Amino acid sequence: MSKNLQEELNRWEKTTLQKVISKSPERQPSFQTTSHIEMKRLYTPLDLQEMDYCEDLGFPGEPPFTRGVQPTMYRGRLWTMRQYAGFATAEETNKRYKFLLQQGQTGLSVAFDLPTQIGYDSDHPLADGEVGKVGVAIDTLKDMEILFDGIPLDKVSTSMTINSTAAILLAMYIAVAEKQGVKSNVLQGTIQNDILKEYAARGTYIFPPLESMRIVTDIFAFCKDHVQRWNTISISGYHMREAGCTAVQEVAFTLSDGIAYVEAAIRAGLDVDSFASRLAFFFCCHNNFIEEVAKFRAARRLWSKIMKERFKAKKDESCMLRFHTQTAGCSLTAQQPDNNVVRVAFQALAAVLGGTQSLHTNSRDEAYALPTEDSVRIALRTQQIIAYESGVADMIDPLGGSYAVETLTNEIEKKALEYIEKIEAMGGAIKAIESGYIQGEIAESAYQYQKEIETKKRIIVGLNQFQVEEQPLRDILKINPEIERYQKEKLARVKKERDNIKVKQCLAVLKKAAQGTENLVPPILEAVKTYATLGEISDTLREVFGEYREQ
Amino acid sequence: MFRYLKIGVWSLSGIFDLDLGRYALCSMLLAQGGFMNRKIRVLIAKPGLDGHDRGAKVIARALRDAGMEVIYTGIRQTPEQIANAAIQEGVDIVGLSSLSGAHMSLFPKVVQILKEKGAEDIIVFGGGIIPVDDIPLLKQAGIREIFQPGTSTEDIIQYIQENVKTTGISKSEA
Repeated sequence: MSKNLQEELNRWEKTTLQKVISKSPERQPSFQTTSHIEMKRLYTPLDLQEMDYCEDLGFPGEPPFTRGVQPTMYRGRLWTMRQYAGFATAEETNKRYKFLLQQGQTGLSVAFDLPTQIGYDSDHPLADGEVGKVGVAIDTLKDMEILFDGIPLDKVSTSMTINSTAAILLAMYIAVAEKQGVKSNVLQGTIQNDILKEYAARGTYIFPPLESMRIVTDIFAFCKDHVQRWNTISISGYHMREAGCTAVQEVAFTLSDGIAYVEAAIRAGLDVDSFASRLAFFFCCHNNFIEEVAKFRAARRLWSKIMKERFKAKKDESCMLRFHTQTAGCSLTAQQPDNNVVRVAFQALAAVLGGTQSLHTNSRDEAYALPTEDSVRIALRTQQIIAYESGVADMIDPLGGSYAVETLTNEIEKKALEYIEKIEAMGGAIKAIESGYIQGEIAESAYQYQKEIETKKRIIVGLNQFQVEEQPLRDILKINPEIERYQKEKLARVKKERDNIKVKQCLAVLKKAAQGTENLVPPILEAVKTYATLGEISDTLREVFGEYREQ
Repeated sequence: MFRYLKIGVWSLSGIFDLDLGRYALCSMLLAQGGFMNRKIRVLIAKPGLDGHDRGAKVIARALRDAGMEVIYTGIRQTPEQIANAAIQEGVDIVGLSSLSGAHMSLFPKVVQILKEKGAEDIIVFGGGIIPVDDIPLLKQAGIREIFQPGTSTEDIIQYIQENVKTTGISKSEA
């Protein structure tokens, strides 16, 4: 059959196709994905001759998970609709969470402000101007109690975008749950806790890499015994993609980071099957629809092989790449912002067709500011329309078997693996980051992308083509500058009312633990319960670990 | 201690680094050769805690490709560090990038410190996620131009070329 097909294809190219092409050439001499994968005009079974269905695709819920991680996928349960939100104070953000839950959102996702992410209290000089700006300000357990006031922590799952201070925020979450009468072993959620990509792209590191990795693996070990349903890390390609890398690089850099975490945990004495099922991933979903769908499928298959072959994981769950997706913030335009609703819808659809476990859809006004309530509602409705109206959630991996999607899945896997091997040859992800290799690759791709836009090799509707005369958006969310003062006053009050002797004792215990090798999470948990501040706890660790400086 | 990334190099030779001593030597050599038009020197800086530096890096590289000498500070710089670097490096112009919403506190401080140190001739411009209503206030505070999302690097290059006068030797070298 395939011989006939080859002959038929040749015939078609020479006759029917040639007739048209000789008269009117195609729009471009070649067509490439963002990862510079050459897209063929037409994919046929000839492109998949090597494919072994059972080996390469298999069945949902079984390795290599190409078609999805659950046996029923969205027929069983829809993905978690989880809008990343947080701004100003815990009081304000608590209101937004209640609004989102009332609108049908099914999980929470906490955005913290930069001082919270970098271990400074709101009254620190470096926090000047940053308090409550890109997320909610959390200084002490008091703020965390307000943030989740009236939200039952045994019912919702909560994702927290927090990295260098992840142990502190997780400890605060556990402490709030305890006050609600909820035990830590029923808590569900995720901490990002992916410090490697902070050095590579996002920048909220505090400590040097080795010390940071110790905290990461301490969290793995603690959660394995006490917070068993918690995703202890969300290994993130999102921020590297937003910083400019391609789809293939996103898969490669993320899985390389994943390898580094698994190695670190094994070195710390953990059995691979005791923690690997709690590793989660976080990807971006950009504009090139087919490439993005293929990317998610390729990442799942590749990770499954890595866990099985390299780390000898025995449990299937250890090999599952479960992931959260956020649509691409960097694809939003300030020009004709309503067009962003359409971009986000396509990206969200690709994420769903790629088999995501949870999804954040960006809002149309995010090239200007944090989104307004109206914009967030449209973003959430976009997910609900995909879920309830489009029909794509009613069957598993509906694009599986498409000649094009399967071929791209293969190519992305192959190219990502080549990158991973290159990084391995450099000594792994940590070394590749320390040497600036990954940052350099990201910056290079970002620059090329910008050049493509400026030379109109890449068309962005409303930005470099189809422009209109327009006024910039003015109706945007504004953070009241007064909240900085309010937050500082609240902090001062907590510091006055707490038992300062107890705080000092707890911080001393933490310092001793940091100097030794014992797990850092229990002393951090004790410290947050005394209302020790996030800054005090971070400073205690800074004294022992030192601080990382960009090379 | 101030740390920065060395991005720009003299494209004439490629062997000159951007530390001050060698720069002065290079200027002297060029001056002796009768080559008085020097390149525009730019500091691209990330004030505050914001780590999003895709835009800053793209612009730094575009300016370098346009023939300017560019120093990028790296992330997490205080206004003091930025102003000091601008003076030490003898730049003509400083570009500030912020996406975290802290621009109203941070941008004016850079201008103010430059003024206090007698370096008010260094032009300061900015970009990032800056609400339009903040732009007049920033301009009042001495930030000469604000570039919004979607600006092409060509526009920024043109702005700098039109606003920086490069004939002769800059004040910091004199």
